[in-house]
Amino acid sequence: MSSVTSLVQSVDWVAVAPPTITAVVALVVLVADLFVPAARKPLLGWAATGGLVLAALSLLPLLGGDRRTFCLPGHPDVCSYVADPFALVIQFLVLGGALLTALLSLDTIKDHDLPAGEYWFLLLSSAAGAALLPASRDLATLVVALEVASLPAFALVGLRRGDRLSSEAALKFFLSSVAATAVMLLGVSFVYAATRSLYLSRVAHALTDLPDARLATLASAGVALTLVGFAFKTAAAPFHFWVPDTYVGAPLPIAGYLSVVGKAVGFSGLILVTVQGFPAYADVWGPALAVLAALTMTVGNVAALRQDPRREHSAVRLLAWSSVGQAGYLLVPLAAAGYTHRPAHAIGATVAYALMYAAVNLGAFAVAALVARTRPANRITDYRGLYARRPLVALAMGFFLLCLAGLPPGIIGLFAKVTVFSAAVDAGLAWLAVVMAVNVVIALYYYLQWTAVLFRGAEEPAAAPAGPRPPAPRIPAPLATAIALATVLGLALSGAPQLVLRFASGALL
Amino acid sequence: MNHTAMQILLVGVVVLPLLGALAALLPAPPGLKGKNPDQAVLRHGVTVTGVVLAATVALAAGFDHAQPARMQATTDISWIPALGIRIHLGVDGISLPLVVMTALLTFLCALYSYFHMPTGPSPKAFVALLLVLEAGTLATFAVLDLMLFFLAFEMVLIPMYFLIARWGGAGKQAAAWKFILYTLLGSVVMLLGLLLIGVKSGTFDMVALATDNGPKAQLSHTVQLLAVLAIGIGLAVKSPMWPLHSWLPDAHTAAPTVGSVLLAGVLLKMGTYGFVRIALPITPEGMHTYAPYLAAFAAVGIIYGSLACLALVRKGAKGDLKRLIAYSSVGHMGFVLLGIASMTPTGVNGALFANIAHGLITGLLFFMVGALKDRTGTTDLDALAGTTGAALYGKAPRFGGLLAFGAVASLGLPGLAGFWGEMLAMFGAFRPAAGLSRPAFLTFMVLAGLGTLLTAAYLLLVVRRVCMGGTPHLAPTAPLGADGDPERPAADVPTPAPAVPDLARYEYAAWSPLAALTVLAGLWPAALLGLTDPAVQQLLGGGK
Repeated sequence: MSSVTSLVQSVDWVAVAPPTITAVVALVVLVADLFVPAARKPLLGWAATGGLVLAALSLLPLLGGDRRTFCLPGHPDVCSYVADPFALVIQFLVLGGALLTALLSLDTIKDHDLPAGEYWFLLLSSAAGAALLPASRDLATLVVALEVASLPAFALVGLRRGDRLSSEAALKFFLSSVAATAVMLLGVSFVYAATRSLYLSRVAHALTDLPDARLATLASAGVALTLVGFAFKTAAAPFHFWVPDTYVGAPLPIAGYLSVVGKAVGFSGLILVTVQGFPAYADVWGPALAVLAALTMTVGNVAALRQDPRREHSAVRLLAWSSVGQAGYLLVPLAAAGYTHRPAHAIGATVAYALMYAAVNLGAFAVAALVARTRPANRITDYRGLYARRPLVALAMGFFLLCLAGLPPGIIGLFAKVTVFSAAVDAGLAWLAVVMAVNVVIALYYYLQWTAVLFRGAEEPAAAPAGPRPPAPRIPAPLATAIALATVLGLALSGAPQLVLRFASGALL
Repeated sequence: MNHTAMQILLVGVVVLPLLGALAALLPAPPGLKGKNPDQAVLRHGVTVTGVVLAATVALAAGFDHAQPARMQATTDISWIPALGIRIHLGVDGISLPLVVMTALLTFLCALYSYFHMPTGPSPKAFVALLLVLEAGTLATFAVLDLMLFFLAFEMVLIPMYFLIARWGGAGKQAAAWKFILYTLLGSVVMLLGLLLIGVKSGTFDMVALATDNGPKAQLSHTVQLLAVLAIGIGLAVKSPMWPLHSWLPDAHTAAPTVGSVLLAGVLLKMGTYGFVRIALPITPEGMHTYAPYLAAFAAVGIIYGSLACLALVRKGAKGDLKRLIAYSSVGHMGFVLLGIASMTPTGVNGALFANIAHGLITGLLFFMVGALKDRTGTTDLDALAGTTGAALYGKAPRFGGLLAFGAVASLGLPGLAGFWGEMLAMFGAFRPAAGLSRPAFLTFMVLAGLGTLLTAAYLLLVVRRVCMGGTPHLAPTAPLGADGDPERPAADVPTPAPAVPDLARYEYAAWSPLAALTVLAGLWPAALLGLTDPAVQQLLGGGK
């Protein structure tokens, strides 16, 4: 009798609500697509957006406690799904990021005539996977969640029918991602072979005293291979080459989504495996991540610096490279976690930085989407005189860019960087802090150059057609909402940085 | 005045300019529209900076002059507990004069711009940026938390960048980039030092750190060395210390007049103030180790600055007058750094005095050079002086006289503000703090003394070439803008000299306060030293 009851797990549906709601709404949208007449397709978008809001709201009842479910029978502390503060924060980031992406997408789908049902289904599925990942506490669930988050993303990138750039981007993204997944699976299987468990807490325990010295080699190979897989998802150098082409080829909201949610997924996975799963190998992954961080930020920022502002799609390209650079900053506290006795403290800096980055980077993508409506080439030079045409949008964009650069008035950007620096200094990683300092200066150059373009006088008279210039067309409501939402978030955080920085002081895991 | 009123005044001083900057971007409310939107927003700038100036004057009046070593008008509230950052504001005898001077210079700049807006895009952005700049500089001097200090330090970068890049003169883009990238690199390195102090001591509070090095423990010698090195590099870039000064001449030359005034008058002081407020009391041991090097660099800077100026002032060197004054700043700030490096009350008091004096005098000089450029279209000394000299005494006697006054004050004539600071700084070097090598400091003092001679030489040459010269009827200067074309009428044919208007009324208004304060500080140095000395004694004495 007892053996039967132990096979039936009681599922805490409230705890798993955020990813579940997202997944259910995804299915509902997919099915509804079959029955909704073409004229009513926009309804699907609103349904999807509503679903994301609902999923985000379902985080509220979880705020109080540390709920866990899918536990090993008889071992209530060994669970596959844990809704701890870390999971909740990342889920909030993922769902909020997906929500902003959804707001951006509402008009993009209309303008570019993308298949609405598929688009929303894929976006929500990917978001569901991304929301599942931070809560999963065993390697199998982690890999499944990672794939659920990535596979729809390939399709989303390639969704622009008949666009050569789009299919090329999707293929590039797909091939490199699949290779990374294969490597990661190999690593996971090695770790499983060495430790005989997939649960992170058990893996961590088993790695501290392996019964056989030969197993240690297997385990460390497994650890390294697993990390490589996640490094790819975070677009860390040298696994970053797919980023610019993929971002340019993808529909703009999807590029924003990848830069924020895609990265959040990679980082939360990396945090979970390193800090929760492999703390015994901190002396291996700590230095490795530190080198990776230095390399990533330098590669990203130098490449962003070399972008020609007159080239087509240079705006998205610059954001793509800058997102590589930002990934480098995000890696710094993670590397520091390998050096300190308080790793949870250090990864809080990554989480705080990621939250800041999510808000302002999606804001920047929202403005890019707005500009792309009238100037599809989306060159940086197309932003010239934006202040004259749309003063508020230009001010918002300037604010986003300076937040990314980390200079006042982008106070939250500044303090997020200070937190990251502080984690590095705390861990004694002086060289990494200095590399990052130089990178911050490099990054300022291109961010500020773009900012300066916004406020420069309107375009040359040669470009202006004869006759009075038509008034700027109205901004579509969802796009305006997205920009306003990101701005309000950024401003609120600048006034009260404690809102996100508290994660850097409290133990999240 | 009671404590709450003082608190409100100090907070208002920092916050008002920010609110004013926001308001400047909004359309003017009815009733304040003025003649046109440009005039309205410029007037808005004058009003806000005027109110801020009034607030700082009230603050100075309410300041308890009997206890200048005590932090007054303090506000201390938690802001970001996660990082231990508190909004901690306060002024003492060290910061109060700087706060007042900043507010005064910004007000005068706003006033000057009201009558003479630099050429460039809309004044709306100009006023907003000016106000943000004021908020940043005032905050730098008013905050008592290391992270807030860093925030304020960074806050001035963006406005100054745009002021140079948008309203500047030739080569403005390159100069603006050089300015912001150079100083940002310095300040990020400084951030690392500040974080090191914060991490090791457990607090960012400057007052707590200055008294007992923080709650955790005394900072170890290694930590102090590292921290001073990192912080010192950041502050030295800003000050600027030779050889990290190279952003300064370009930035000054390209900046619009008010930009140069604020850059020289206020922004450079943020660097030296940081040395006095952070490096000296918080990391005394580290500072002790580096003091001889700092002094050596300072002495080289003094000589270097004056030699560069001498090279610029030569006939045929095509020296730019604005650039010359910028290089003279390198020399003058060398004296400030030398005073700080001596680590004695005398030297540090001298440094603080020289800070204020340099702000007043160089502010005045930059104002005048900018006005000279507006009048004649050039600041090229050769073009200005022609064959015999620009003869401002003859063409515009009051203007020429005031310029000569500024030059003489700058070279440190006894009785004017420039004298005391530099003399005290050299006195400090004559008898440096215990443990510092006296022979080395004596050498630096001699070098600095040589520097004063060279400074006097080039400034007198400037006066000779710009203010004096043949009378306009006998030896006309070259027509400006004709840049020496061969068809110029022969020199013996008297052509009417280009008219140089004398001081306008608004120029009197903007410049006379500076001249008056220069004389006042020169004749009554005790007014300032009485404020700074007790606070300096306390800082050097480890907060006791």
